[in-house]
Amino acid sequence: MTTLVIARLTFREAGRRKILLAALVLGLIYLAIYGVGFYYVDQETTRSQFGPGLLELNQIRNFLFMAGLYVVNFLTAMMAVLTSVDTLSGEIASGTIQTLVSKPVQRWEIVFGKWLGFAGMLTLYLLLMAGGTVGLVYIISGYLAPNVLRGLGLLWVNAVLLLGVSLAGGAILSTLANGVLVFGLFGIAFIGGWIEQIGSFIQNQTAVNVGIISSLIIPSEALWKRAAFEMQSPLVAALGFSPFTAASMPSLLMVLYGMVYALLALLLAIGLFNRRDL
Amino acid sequence: MARITFHAFLCLQLIDYYYLSMSESAAIITQGLKKEFGDKVAVADLTLKVDKGEVFGFLGPNGAGKTTAVKMLLGLIYPTSGKGEVLGSPLGDHRARNRVGFMPEHFRFHDWLTAVEFLNLHGNLYHMPGERLDERIPELLELVGLQAHAEKKLRAFSKGMLQRIGLAQALLNDPELVFLDEPTSGLDPVGRRLVRDIIRELSNGGTTVFLNSHLLSEVEITCDRVAFIRQGEVLTTSSLKSLVEGELTVEVRARNLNQDIVSGLERWSQNVRADGDHLSLTLSGEAVIPEINQYLVENGVDVYAIRPKQLSLEDLFIQVVGTEGGL
Ligand SMILES: Nc1ncnc2c1ncn2[C@@H]1O[C@H](COP(=O)(O)OP(=O)(O)OP(=O)(O)O)[C@@H](O)[C@H]1O
Ligand SMILES: [Mg+2]
Repeated sequence: MTTLVIARLTFREAGRRKILLAALVLGLIYLAIYGVGFYYVDQETTRSQFGPGLLELNQIRNFLFMAGLYVVNFLTAMMAVLTSVDTLSGEIASGTIQTLVSKPVQRWEIVFGKWLGFAGMLTLYLLLMAGGTVGLVYIISGYLAPNVLRGLGLLWVNAVLLLGVSLAGGAILSTLANGVLVFGLFGIAFIGGWIEQIGSFIQNQTAVNVGIISSLIIPSEALWKRAAFEMQSPLVAALGFSPFTAASMPSLLMVLYGMVYALLALLLAIGLFNRRDL
Repeated sequence: MARITFHAFLCLQLIDYYYLSMSESAAIITQGLKKEFGDKVAVADLTLKVDKGEVFGFLGPNGAGKTTAVKMLLGLIYPTSGKGEVLGSPLGDHRARNRVGFMPEHFRFHDWLTAVEFLNLHGNLYHMPGERLDERIPELLELVGLQAHAEKKLRAFSKGMLQRIGLAQALLNDPELVFLDEPTSGLDPVGRRLVRDIIRELSNGGTTVFLNSHLLSEVEITCDRVAFIRQGEVLTTSSLKSLVEGELTVEVRARNLNQDIVSGLERWSQNVRADGDHLSLTLSGEAVIPEINQYLVENGVDVYAIRPKQLSLEDLFIQVVGTEGGL
């Protein structure tokens, strides 16, 4: 009950602060540009003098689709962090949290309520952006990538994982320090992912290990790579490393690790906030 | 040796038990509450009992630990050691807060909400049903004089208006116990009187009020009992009645005084000082003032004024807390 009140409050705050509007407008602009771009590239390749077969055409479509989803994944991750980075630290610093916590509520209900609110927002955002990308590609070219639902599920796990980390940081750090922490982790995941890609391409085990360790620190890039692996067609994989595709595939164990990580981040946020003087 | 220690231990346990079982009549009871922030001791040893229905003033200079103490009672801050009960439940129990109201010191609220939305939100957190809120919210807005600003965003509120809406928020659930942390710091004289009237009304309705303040005139008017605290320790607790009924000094301005008449006043006062037309006497209570007046008039003295000068709370505050400026 309290959880839902706080979730609704979180939603309403994002609405009032025009965060939802900005995300929606920019999301639609993105989709419009993507759609137009995809349409012309697709037309061009379809009628090109090389006369590619359907198989090759779909490889190109898959590549463009993955490039779109890569951006969607990035934007969703940004949304996850930016919307939630100051929600606890900001309310603690301003003192608005005091009238909430002095009510007959338990502290976990407040953290979980905020998590639910942001997770709901991220879900809608992801549905709009990823759903829009899938839909545009399908409408324009009739192409549908394999395992789309599984792939989007992994993007969702990535979003709530970052949300949990940002809530946990916000329970003990100032907004600024929390931002530095979460984006720092994001950077580690990113560069670690690249080192692993290259390492696996040139078959250097040390580089691969560095990547795995960075994935253990924060598995967000690994989740993207697994999602890309699920949705890419075999020939695109053969292109080697590109930011949008997976040369090495994170194991299912790593996926499981990502899910547990997301859950533990939420529990950590609750635990840290519980113990804190307000 | 071991036996003695054991005995002492048993005694302590019994005292504890006795202390905490008095909570039937107590709204708040604490024992040795202590809070340290790093090396800084904010509250050193708070042992306190506030009876149900009482208006309790918590006085102390800046940085004395008043806000920290209230936050510990509300479960916002965890004590380093010690224990306590609020409305019969141990500190930090969220269920007891159903019957508690709190108006924080800095009244910072979600300012993107309107007044009505804000009260609805907090009513929801008190688990109040919608119909009850629909009745209660207009009532409260009227009580704090904000009915004309019901649909205005809190962002557009002035400091005093925020404090008023904060007070309304603290009273949403008809609490049995209200904590007011300096409730009039941002208010104009009308607002101050309003708060005073509200406190009196709450008290008449049986609500316990815990008032943090250093506005002594206000405490003097509203409180039944006061505790003085400094550097996190309760220095003394006293009932305001005893303060009012205690000794008082009377200043008299009169013509045609002579030595005999002045000596005759010693019937009522051991301490008479005469200085021209001015007399100053210390009395045991105000009941004898009419007698003194009659005595003076009957002896042909022209009386221009008799002014009782009570030992004010401010005098007491300075006496108890001291004047050293260091915090
Ligand atoms: N979070 C904190 N960290 C460190 N020190 C703190 C913290 N909160 C309070 N203090 C210190 O504890 C002491 C008591 O503070 P508190 O706010 O309880 O005082 P107060 O009696 O309410 O003062 P005022 O009348 O100014 O409101 C002060 O010395 C203050 O500096
Ligand atoms: Mg204070």
